[in-house]
Amino acid sequence: MSEHILEVRHLSKFFGKNEVLKDIDFNVSQGDVTSIIGASGSGKSTLLRCINLLETPSSGEILFHGKDVTGGGISQSAYRAKVGMVFQSFNLFNNMSVLDNCIIGQQRVLKIPKEEAKETALYFLGKVGMTPYINALPRQISGGQKQRVAIARALSMKPEILLFDEPTSALDPEMVGEVLAVMKTLAEEGMTMLVVTHEMGFARDVSSHVVYMADGVIAEEGDPKEIMVDPKNPRTREFLSRFL
Amino acid sequence: MFSQLIADVVTLWGKYGKIYLNGIKNTLILAITATAIGCLIGFICGILQTIPVSKTDNIFKRLFLGLVRVIIRVYVEVFRGTPMILQAVFIYYGVPYFFGHVFKSIWAVSLIVVSINTGAYMAESVRGGILSIDPGQTEGAKAIGMNHFQTMLYVILPQALRNIMPQIGNNYIINVKDTSVMFIIGFSDFFSIHKMVSGAIYKYFPSALIEMIGYLTLTLVASFLLRWVEKKLAGSDSYELAAGDQLVMAAGTYNSPAKGSPFDEQSKEFGKELYKGVDEGKEDGANE
Repeated sequence: MSEHILEVRHLSKFFGKNEVLKDIDFNVSQGDVTSIIGASGSGKSTLLRCINLLETPSSGEILFHGKDVTGGGISQSAYRAKVGMVFQSFNLFNNMSVLDNCIIGQQRVLKIPKEEAKETALYFLGKVGMTPYINALPRQISGGQKQRVAIARALSMKPEILLFDEPTSALDPEMVGEVLAVMKTLAEEGMTMLVVTHEMGFARDVSSHVVYMADGVIAEEGDPKEIMVDPKNPRTREFLSRFL
Repeated sequence: MFSQLIADVVTLWGKYGKIYLNGIKNTLILAITATAIGCLIGFICGILQTIPVSKTDNIFKRLFLGLVRVIIRVYVEVFRGTPMILQAVFIYYGVPYFFGHVFKSIWAVSLIVVSINTGAYMAESVRGGILSIDPGQTEGAKAIGMNHFQTMLYVILPQALRNIMPQIGNNYIINVKDTSVMFIIGFSDFFSIHKMVSGAIYKYFPSALIEMIGYLTLTLVASFLLRWVEKKLAGSDSYELAAGDQLVMAAGTYNSPAKGSPFDEQSKEFGKELYKGVDEGKEDGANE
């Protein structure tokens, strides 16, 4: 067995003839908070979607606890239940209340009795500060609140790893803070996270590992302090200079 | 002139009222049942058509789904592309050629024809309704491990149903009117009563007036009910804050006491009830 929760091996993805991901290799260990940074179109989101099998990789392997998930060695649904995902556009179920959004997956996928699922949901909704709004529908709450509910929904499934696909990109600056605060708390509590983000402050201060992507390849990766402060790759330096 | 018309209508209704009402009853039963069965057919077709097929699926699943799609396509095109009156004739008079016996029940033929006709239209409406739901909803469901069936049942269809509701209403209202073509095989619906009555006593216009008012009443009531159902499906506009944060809880939830009651601060009676015991206690204390 491998010590890594997640291993990505020689992953590539084509959209038609366009190669979006080129031979990507990287690992995620228990408790890692990995930030994936890079310009738009560099393949960050596609990488995350491939990891959650929302996109089918063209070639390569994704090992979850040493087992390949791309070939159907483990059921897709069971794997996805253990890998939480938070989307840029929230994707809360519009026909359900905030509470039901956090219950439905536990009840239908994990087959947890409703009462127990409700308790878990209430616990995580409390954690993200959304307890007063459990009866609201997604359309009745703000963007930042939606994203916090989406995080609670993912946490309610008690995932081993949580993927964030630009969780704050659709939010105004005021709401970015409330979502980042929740993510920071999770990181401090030891949640394993993989975060695609444009928030350089978060990448530098919260994450334990930074991956810089450019044109479908990992151009540079390593300790956030080193990469953010003293990047080796000139492209990384150029990219970061636009933020700092 | 006008009074003559009213007199004619009253006479007609007095004489044939029960027969008209019976026609309305038949029309309503046929339209409601056929719309319900048609919706069922439409949902089954729409759901089967939108099952995603990927290149990684096994060959049998792909072949089966391909075949299902072709069959549904042909069904929709044939029954949407020919007049219902002709379909009724086609089935009613065609079946004896193949099975050697005539349909005994005109009801059954009418129900079959109107149902599969509605089904053909609904199949497309349901497919459209499913496609209209933001793909993000499916991704959200997939991301927490739901399979296609669960995603459909709990996330997509409840939302699609809301979008399809106006179409279901449309089909029902069309059915209320178009079941009238079933007179061709002898179904005694509301319109066929007009042919019968007016043919017997030559009062064409008064009878047509009764029919007009009758049909319009049926469809207006239906429209009204459908709007109401749509509103119900849309869910409540507001929500109640749950307990947890006491400050949030208290905001805006205070109910004013009834005017003039002992609990109304503006009332002279205010406090009398409330502080009665307290005042008495004071007096007692003063006396001691």
